[in-house]
Order: sequence, then structure tokens, then C-alpha cells
Amino acid sequence: MNKVKTLDDLRKMRESLRTSLDLREKSNNPEQMVQIKVAMATCGIAAGAKEVMSYFIEALDRERVDALVTQTGCMGYCYAEPTVEITVPGKEPIVFGRVNKTKVDEIITSYIKQGILIDDIIPVNYNSVGPE
Amino acid sequence: MAQYSNYILVCGGTGCRASQSELILQNLKEAVRQNGLQESVQVIRTGCFGFCEKGPVVKLIPDNTFYVQVTPEDADDIVNEHLIKGRKVERLLYVNPETNELILDSKHINFYKKQLRIALRNCGFINPENIDEYIARDGYIALGKALTEMTPEEVIKEIMDSGLRGRGGGGFPTGLKWQITRKVQAPQKYVVCNADEGDPGAFMDRSILEGDPHSIVEAMAINGYCTGASKGLVYIRAEYPLAVERLKIAIDQAKDYGFLGDNIFGTDFSFDIQIRYGAGAFVCGEETALIHSMEGLRGEATVKPPFPSESGYKGCPTNVNNVETYANIPVILLKGAKWFSSIGTEKSKGTKVFALAGKVNNVGLIEVPMGTTLREVIFGIGGGIKDGKKFKAVQTGGPSGGCLTEKHLDLPIDYDNLIAAGSMMGSGGMIVMDEDDCMVAMAKFYLDFTVEESCGKCAPCRIGNKRLHEMLQKITSGRGNIEDLDKLRNLAMVIKDTALCGLGQTSPNPVLSTMDNFYDEYLAHVDEQRCPSHQCRELTQYFINPEKCKGCTMCARICPVHAITGSRKVPHTIDSEICIRCGSCIEKCKFDAIYVH
Amino acid sequence: MEKIKLTIDNREVEVLKGTTILDAAKSMGIRIPTLCHMKLEDLNYENNPGACRICVVEIEGRRNLAPSCKMECTEGMVVRTHTPRVMNARKTVMELILSNHPAGCLTCSSNGYCELQTIAHDLGIREIRYQGEQSTFEIDRSPSIVRNMNKCIMCRRCETMCNSIQTVGALTAVHRGFNAAVSTAFERDIAGSTCSYCGQCVSVCPVNALSGRNTQQPVLDALADPTKIVIAQTAPAVRTALGRDFGCEPGTLVTGKMVSALRQLGFDYVFDTDFAADLTIMEEGTELLQRLGKYLSGDQEVKIPMMTSCCPGWVSFVEQHFPELRDNLSTAKSPQQMFGAIAKSYFAEKLGVDRKNVVVVSIMPCLAKKYEASRPEFAVEGNPDVDISIYTRELARLIRYANINFNELPDSDFDHPLGESTGAGVIFGTTGGVIEAACRTAYELYTRKPLEKIEFKELRGLEGIRSGTINFDGVPVKIGIAHGLGNARKLVEEVKSGKSPYHVIEVMACPGGCIGGGGQPFHQGRMDVLRKRAAALYNEDENKPIRKSHENPYIQQLYKEYLGEPCGPKAHKLLHTHYFDRKEVVNMFLETDKNE
Repeated sequence: MNKVKTLDDLRKMRESLRTSLDLREKSNNPEQMVQIKVAMATCGIAAGAKEVMSYFIEALDRERVDALVTQTGCMGYCYAEPTVEITVPGKEPIVFGRVNKTKVDEIITSYIKQGILIDDIIPVNYNSVGPE
Repeated sequence: MAQYSNYILVCGGTGCRASQSELILQNLKEAVRQNGLQESVQVIRTGCFGFCEKGPVVKLIPDNTFYVQVTPEDADDIVNEHLIKGRKVERLLYVNPETNELILDSKHINFYKKQLRIALRNCGFINPENIDEYIARDGYIALGKALTEMTPEEVIKEIMDSGLRGRGGGGFPTGLKWQITRKVQAPQKYVVCNADEGDPGAFMDRSILEGDPHSIVEAMAINGYCTGASKGLVYIRAEYPLAVERLKIAIDQAKDYGFLGDNIFGTDFSFDIQIRYGAGAFVCGEETALIHSMEGLRGEATVKPPFPSESGYKGCPTNVNNVETYANIPVILLKGAKWFSSIGTEKSKGTKVFALAGKVNNVGLIEVPMGTTLREVIFGIGGGIKDGKKFKAVQTGGPSGGCLTEKHLDLPIDYDNLIAAGSMMGSGGMIVMDEDDCMVAMAKFYLDFTVEESCGKCAPCRIGNKRLHEMLQKITSGRGNIEDLDKLRNLAMVIKDTALCGLGQTSPNPVLSTMDNFYDEYLAHVDEQRCPSHQCRELTQYFINPEKCKGCTMCARICPVHAITGSRKVPHTIDSEICIRCGSCIEKCKFDAIYVH
Repeated sequence: MEKIKLTIDNREVEVLKGTTILDAAKSMGIRIPTLCHMKLEDLNYENNPGACRICVVEIEGRRNLAPSCKMECTEGMVVRTHTPRVMNARKTVMELILSNHPAGCLTCSSNGYCELQTIAHDLGIREIRYQGEQSTFEIDRSPSIVRNMNKCIMCRRCETMCNSIQTVGALTAVHRGFNAAVSTAFERDIAGSTCSYCGQCVSVCPVNALSGRNTQQPVLDALADPTKIVIAQTAPAVRTALGRDFGCEPGTLVTGKMVSALRQLGFDYVFDTDFAADLTIMEEGTELLQRLGKYLSGDQEVKIPMMTSCCPGWVSFVEQHFPELRDNLSTAKSPQQMFGAIAKSYFAEKLGVDRKNVVVVSIMPCLAKKYEASRPEFAVEGNPDVDISIYTRELARLIRYANINFNELPDSDFDHPLGESTGAGVIFGTTGGVIEAACRTAYELYTRKPLEKIEFKELRGLEGIRSGTINFDGVPVKIGIAHGLGNARKLVEEVKSGKSPYHVIEVMACPGGCIGGGGQPFHQGRMDVLRKRAAALYNEDENKPIRKSHENPYIQQLYKEYLGEPCGPKAHKLLHTHYFDRKEVVNMFLETDKNE
């Protein structure tokens, strides 16, 4: 990695990172590019987030869904861990709580594939500070 | 594949379910089916909306209409009026209690606007192990701006103008702290990140380090630039392995990208961060004790002055800030002091993260602007008290804080208000208690913690807290008398007045605040040898109601100490002398025949 | 220096910037009580952890009370030292401390000397409202020091003494909260720790948590045994301090009364360790000349600088912390042990009795001497050269016990032959004294010329580290002196790194030398007391008719009749010793721990 030497370099880098994320989302088959974020903080891991994440990858492969599975920090819904945020392109992100293997299958077959909402959605109650 | 155009979300939280939300759900599904809308409208059960006070809650998507206090009979109206005729059911809309206005959709409900994430802005949003995602969210731009476009004085001024105060509990103005450290002349200075989170139940620092470690790395570098320190140390408890791992990854990535190391952004500023482990002593969150611990000495506080900013780690000027404080720094530099200071109250700016716990429906981390009321936090965001019980008190500030009651619910939360009310901000622990909690036992519980965690250096904290605890033990076991209450208060006041460090000075707070707010409970314990909440084991007795008891022998068989006797099909009795009040019999009894008094 | 004006108890006072409230109040005649605070003026050290909270005062505008021992005065500060709020806090804290302190004052050996007792009395504590669980620690008895942590009030003075001043590092606080206590590493017994038995921790303990091992009873038993010949030897520093326990001014010499008291107690012979000090000079002085001679003739093997070995605390410090330098220690035994060896050989033979029937009791200013007397190499077939060593405070207790009205005793002289000493032996009791005494003899033996000036004033004083060069007829002998083990460590580190400029180094483990020993009446770190004790010794030296060890006629007689030559074969057998590497002892403990 070349070191970032100026602020302008960093700003350019930021723009390209933003657009590359965008491109990643919109490229190929937009209907099938889904982003999945598994909350992987201590609370999540204790509740089985690691297993959920690996099962997600396995199940998505099996179901031939092209998706990007990443981990993230605590979303604050510790009462409902493991929590997973699913962003289907063109739709608002949705957080599912108390996710287990059965729920993963349900999320993939019902929500991701058919857009049918399922039980145990967590209403997102906060605003977050946006970009500059 | 069904293409729904409308969704009806029905709250499936505990509170709403207790008010028949399951039936509402069934009725709505039925109404949708009857009107032949099942192809375009989906009715689903969600997790708690958090707004339990106004439950049951039903929300319609896409227009975000938010119906409150819905009954099963309202299902038809919602479907017929709203979905078919396109008219909102006005009687079910939420009314703004201040303006009496009807609120048409959830985005306009104050409650939902109350949470604002600054410190937690990236938590749950980015992959904490990927620096690129942090950069995509403006990461390290603040550092670049500070180093290349601002003087240290300008950065400090920005922080001072923002009104940011220490989030570790003390509430000392952050900018001022930086300025004091900057002004001390010394060849070597240090900045330290205090990640020794120790309040029981508080975990915001851990979450930030786990969810957004780069924000801490960036803020520490900015801090180093402002104070003239080339070295940063993170003091983190070894029980946070994941936070440590993520932080290590973040430090390595930042080094790779040149945000740490020599000549950052091509300037002559160089900065490096090292990790120091704590063994989990609560007192090591106190900055002088923390520094001693890092030096390899016994973790105990020393008298201030001298302050660490004058003489800290290895005798060098040292600026210590808490994780959450640091997490605010990059945003302040990006969005400006003016923006930050527009949030919050007159003397407490920005937001505060709270770890909401106890008898509240939504246990978790929340971030709200300073000045949000306790009511909004507990009933709004927290979703009210579990199992529909009555709110009794909330302990803020962890074991060093005090308990606040019904009368404090509308108190806007900020540093000064909490202190004035006999509690404190602390690091943001917030433990909610309901009618079943005994406040004397609660005070004893917190003393348990401080007795254990006192470093033992000064006499009032070492011996005084032990004596407080012993007196509470005496009172909760029914051996106390009215004089003990005066002695208890005197001792608590003296400890507060004479203890060496913050731990000792605040450890009697739970006792004093419960005595102030629940003196009648203390009186019941000493005057009548009675625990009004039936929590204090020695003051409760278990009885079997002979009217209800069928003599099934279940209780006698489960009792671990054989305190229950009785023949088959004859009402049983409990021998109080033997009974250890474990409660197993109550759980087992199918006839509700056993009660506590 | 900048001056600051403030108000204390409605009176204005001006002090230098940096003055604590406690000192400012003191300058106005206001005595704020303190417990953990300890100021060692000349050592430039203050123990003020702010731990006991007894000295708290009210400062206008401050939320809570402030510890006056730690808080510096600021301009315009308004302080009140005895408001109802302050007094209630002070009394309550005092009651708390007392609630975890055994109430057996009447049977405590510190009764009457206890600082906790004094403050409780001054505060008028009549009941302890806050009672509860008390600490229960096992009592740790070592040959020299007894630790009873049940009495500890966590003032941390011992820790400061052990770590910051003596740099021994044997004591530290362990555990948390109510269970916190001062202990050794891994909570071993003192005997298994790095303790050098200097006893300075005992001398600063305000209560009786740390005390000297009590061996008065064996002395009384020996005195009561008609089959035993009981001999006393008294160290030089004892006579300057013993009077303190009988109301005398600091530094009052009570040699004559002390001798009378020992006779009244029933000792068969009252001798003087000073005699043995003269003997030590003969041996150590000769050894120094031998080493120097070899060194000057280019011998690479000889260990220079030679380090004195009269102080047992210092010797065990070297054995434990710098065993690689143990060959630099003079092989000459300490005066106590030389005395014992001579008393049980030469003198016993003179009396015609078996050494087993002679009981040697040493009266020492020192706790480490008890340990030294118990070292196995100082015994013949299990019979120790010195049977019992007691310290100054123990002698005072024995005198009281035996109904002796000390102040009205007549003066009397030591017995012969082991009671005759020179001024050189007397000054052993203070820092710099051993080396000055050695120089007086070594100079004359080396140059074969009488000294023009007997006193080497350049070697005197209470500076922690001093140095001087004595011209031995064209040979400049460089001398280093340290008292207090922290200062000694600095000199030893130089030796270790090969950078020491000295030929000979004198070390006394205790600040001030033996006059400040751990067995002396408590001086509360007051250097003026030590200065008076030192002055008394130099005074006695000046008044002695003979002031050089080699001129002591009884010493000359001893060599002629019995020992032969200094450092000769017989002298070597009786008066010299060897040292051990005790670092391994400490390491061995660590190994066992690992195996457990």
C-alpha cells in the first residue's frame, strides 16, 4: 500500500471508494446483488453471529444468490442478537433480529428472493450522521 | 412471485402483545383477505417499535402512517378506510402531546427523531476491519484537514467551541484539557485513550472499538497533533479480546496507509499508537490509577494536583480521554463546532450513548442528544417497563451514580442536571428498576461492587464502604434500627467528603439517593422488619394458602431443604425456620397456592 | 521564590509557593493531625499518599474536603481546619480506622508510643460507632522483624521507606479494598522475601504493625540461670539514644547509667562492643592495606573498592541484590560477631569455663543484628558466638521491668578486659565513623608516622553520599561513604559497572548510620535528633584519652597473648567470615512457586 501523502489524495480515494461501492451494488444483475451485514460485536458473537454469518455464505451459495456478506459492529439491538441488516438494491435496509439457521433460509427464500417481509423485523429508530 | 404494494407492520414486542397485538394481527390478515387484498398487502409481525407506552402500534408502509393504541376492533377500519378508501384513521393517529397536532407519519414522531448517532455513526454501518469503508465514510479526512489546513490552536479552538465534554463521566471540557496539556513544555508527551470500561452493564466503549476502531485511531492522532504528543497509548481491558483485535487491525491498516507513523500527510507530524492491557480493575478507569497501571505499578489513584496533563505517564504530560469522547472528535472537525454545539443543552453539547439495561423492554445501546428526557429514553426508546410493570427508579452513572425516580422522568439529561438531582452521567450506564425492586437491596448491590473494586488506598473508601455495606446487610436482614439510618447517612456523607478519588467520592451515591427518594422503604426495613418489595430474603416468608393447595406434594418434592411437609391431598405447610426462600416451590406450584409475605 | 497569601482559620499567612496547607498551618502554630504523612526533611522525602484522610480541611469553594498534607496553597485560598464538618469527618474516619484495628492497646508493645493512639486521644474518640468485620492476617515472625498486619492502617510509610529510600523492594500493597494490605512479593514470609532486615520500616510504622522480634525473655532466663556466665556487650549508638526512653533530651550520653543498669539487671560482665570495634579496625584496616598494596602493584584479581562489612543489613543487601560483588566486602566480621568470638574463646579460656556456659547478650541499635547473630556460620558446634541480640528499646523495657530507676542510677565503668575502647570505636555508631576510625589506624600503620590531625572532618556529616581523599604519604586513598541503602545502591551500581572511583566504601544501611537504627527509640524521621546523637558520639570520641584503635592497650594485649598478627591465621579463623549468594534463595522460592 502506498501511503496517503496529501489530503487531496485521500479525498480522491474516498470518492473512488464510494463509487466503487456503488458500482459493486449496481453492476451485473442488480436484482441479485444483495448486501448483508452481520452485527459482529461481542453481544452478537455470543448469540451466535459467527455461525449465522458462515451459514449465510453457505446458504447463499447453495441458493445461487449473488450477495456481499460483511460484518459490522454492534447496532445496539442487543436484546435481539444476532442481528443482520439486509439491503436489497432499490429498497431501504431492513434489520432482522434473532437470526438463526432457519431464519437465514427464510430470509433468503422469502425476503431476498421474493420481497416478502417476515417476522422479527427490527424497526430502525435512529438517524445517523451522514457524510460530509 | 407476489408483488406487494403495501405492508402493515404490527408490533410483536412484549408490551404490545400484552395488549392483544396478536389478535390485531389476525384481524388485519382476515380483513385483508376478506377484501381480496392478499396479493398486494402483506401483514407482518415485527420486533418492538420501542414506543410501548402508546402500544399496540401498527405501522403502514410505504407512507409510514403510525397508528397507536390500536384495538383488535380497529382492524376493519384500517383496511377499509386506509387501504381501500385512502383515508387515514384519525382517531388512531399519534397526537403530539405538546402541540396537540395529529402526526401523520412516523418520521414526524419526536420519539423517532430522538436518537441521533454521532459517536456510533459507523457502528453497524461499516465493516470495522476494512479501512476503505471508513474512508468512504469520510475517514481520516478530519486528520488530514487538521494536519494540513489547521494549526493545533485552531483545532483546539474548534473542539472548545463545540462544547464537547469528557464522556467518561467527569464531564471536563475536552478542548480545555487539550489546551492545558499543550501548554506544558516537555520533550515527551503522551495521549492516552481510556478504554477501561468498568461500569457494570455499560459497553459503549467496547461497541465503538469493535464497530468503528478507526475513529479512535484518527481522533488520537488529532489529539497528538494538538497537544504535541508523538505517542498514543490505548489502555484497554484484556477481557475485550474482539475490541483489541479490531483495534490492532485498525492500527496496522492506518500505518499501511500512512495515517500513523512518520510524516503523516507529508507534514512533520509523526504519531504512533501502542496498546496497554488492563486486568479489569474498576478503579483503573480513574486516570491517575490508569497511568500507574500502565507504568506497571499498583492500580491506585493519587491525589490531584498534579494532574496528568502536567505530570502523567512516566512523569510526562499526558492527555487522557475516553473512547466515546474520541469518537466525537473527527465529526466535529468535519461538520464544525457550530453544528455540534447546536445539538444538546446549554452546557452539555452533542449526544450521549447510554447502555440501557434492567427492567426495560429494549435493552441496548442508544445515542441521544443531550437534553433528552429520561422519560423519552426509558419509555420512548427503551419501550417502557418489562411485563407491564410499574416504573420505580433508574440508576444512572453506574455504581457511582444515584437513582432517579418518577419525579425526575422529565428531567432533560445532561451533566449538570444529573448531578443536581443527586446522580451523575458516569459513562452512560442506565439501569431501570420496576416496582419489584427493593431500593435498599439495590444500594447494597452497588456497594457490593464498590467494596470489591475499591483499591484500598484511602481509609474512607477502604473501610467506610465496607461498613456501609455491613450496615445495609444488617438493615436488609431485619436487624437494623432507626439509629442505623442516621449513622448510615453520616458515614455516606463523610466518605463522599473525604475519599481520595472519584470512586470513593461517588460510591455512597446509591445509598444517599435511595435514602433521599425511598426513605419509607428504609423505614419499613428497620421499623417493621418488612421489605415492601419482598426482595430481602431474611424479611420475607413463604406461605401456602390451604384454600388453594390440593396436596399434590410437588412443592415438598422440589424443596431443596425439605422445609415443606404435608400428606397427600392435604394442604401442605412451610417451616419458615428451614425455608431458604429460594422460590423453587412457587415456580412448581400449579395452583398458585404459595405466596410471599 | 514567589510568595502566596492565604487565610487559615481566619488568620492571614504568607508562604512560599509550593508550600502545603499542612506546613503553612504549622508555621502559624496550627497543628493539623496527620497519620500517614511523614516528612524526612534531610532525606528530601515526603510520604504523603493522602491515604488516611485525617488531615482533611475545608477550603472555600471546594466541593469536598482536601488533604492538607498534599494540597498546595494558592493565592487567596481560605482554609478552615476545625469546622464542625471537618471535625465530624475527621472523627468518623478515625473511627473507621479504629474499627479495623485491634483494641488491645494495653498489651501492645507500642502502647504509649503509638501515633494512632495519640490522635484518637486528641480527637476525643470515646466510642467507635462503626463496628464490623476486622482483618485477620497471620502474624509473620522473622528473626528480626515481626509483621502483624491486623494492626496495619495502610499509611504506606513502610513501603516508602522500603522502596523509595532503601530501594530494597520487599514491601508493597497487595489485594484490593478491605483486603488490601502491605505485604511481600507473593505474600511470602519476610524471611523468604528480599528484606535485608534493616528495620527502617519498623522505625516509621506509626502503630505496631511492624515491630522488632522480642527476645527479652531468653535474656531474663539466662540471667536467672546460676550455671551461666552472662556477658553484655553494648554497641556505640545505644548510649546516645537509650536516655530518650527515659525522658532525656535527644543525644544525651547515658553510658555510665547504662552500665549500672546492666549490672543491676544481673549481668556478670558488662563489656563494650566498642572494644570489638577497635578489633575490627585492626583487621579491616590491615585487610584494606593488603588489598591496596596488591592493587597498587598491579594485581588484577584483587577486589577494589573494598566495602565495609560491619552492618548486617548492608551485608544481606549485597548478598541478595548484588551477590556478584560479595567479594568486595571486607571479610572481617562485624564488631558484634568479633566480640562474641573473642568472648567465647579468649575470655572463656581466661575464665576457665566452657563456651557453652557463657551467654553473650548484645545490646544493639539494630534489628538486623538479631538475624546476624542467628547466621549458622557464627556458631561453633551449634553454640552461637552471640546468643541473644536485643535492641535499644528492648533494653529500656528490661530496665523498667526490673524496677530500675534509670535516671537516678550512678555512672559506672565497663569491665575489663573487653570493656576498654578508644574514640575510634565510639564513632562506629554514626555514618562515616567506621571509615574515619579505619583511616586513623591504616594511615599510621602504612606511613609509620603519627597523624597530625586525628579527626577526618571531611568524612563526617549527614549527606546521603559523601566522598573524600586521604593522602597516605603520597598515595591518595579515595573514600566513598553512603548511608541508607538507596544511596548505597548508587555506589554499588558504580562498582558493578566498573566506574567506581573509590578504593574503599563505607555503607550503613540505616539513614544516619547506627544512631538511626531500626532498634533505636523512634525519631519519627527527625534529622535533628540524629544530628544530636552523632554529635554525642563525636563528643565522647574527643574526650577519650586514646583515639586510635591500634593504641588500645587491651587490643595490643589480645594480639600478643592470643591472636598473633592482625589477619594472621588465628585472627582469620576467629575474626573473618565469608558471604553467600542469596539471590538464588529468592529465585529458588520463585521456582517452587512455578512448580506448585
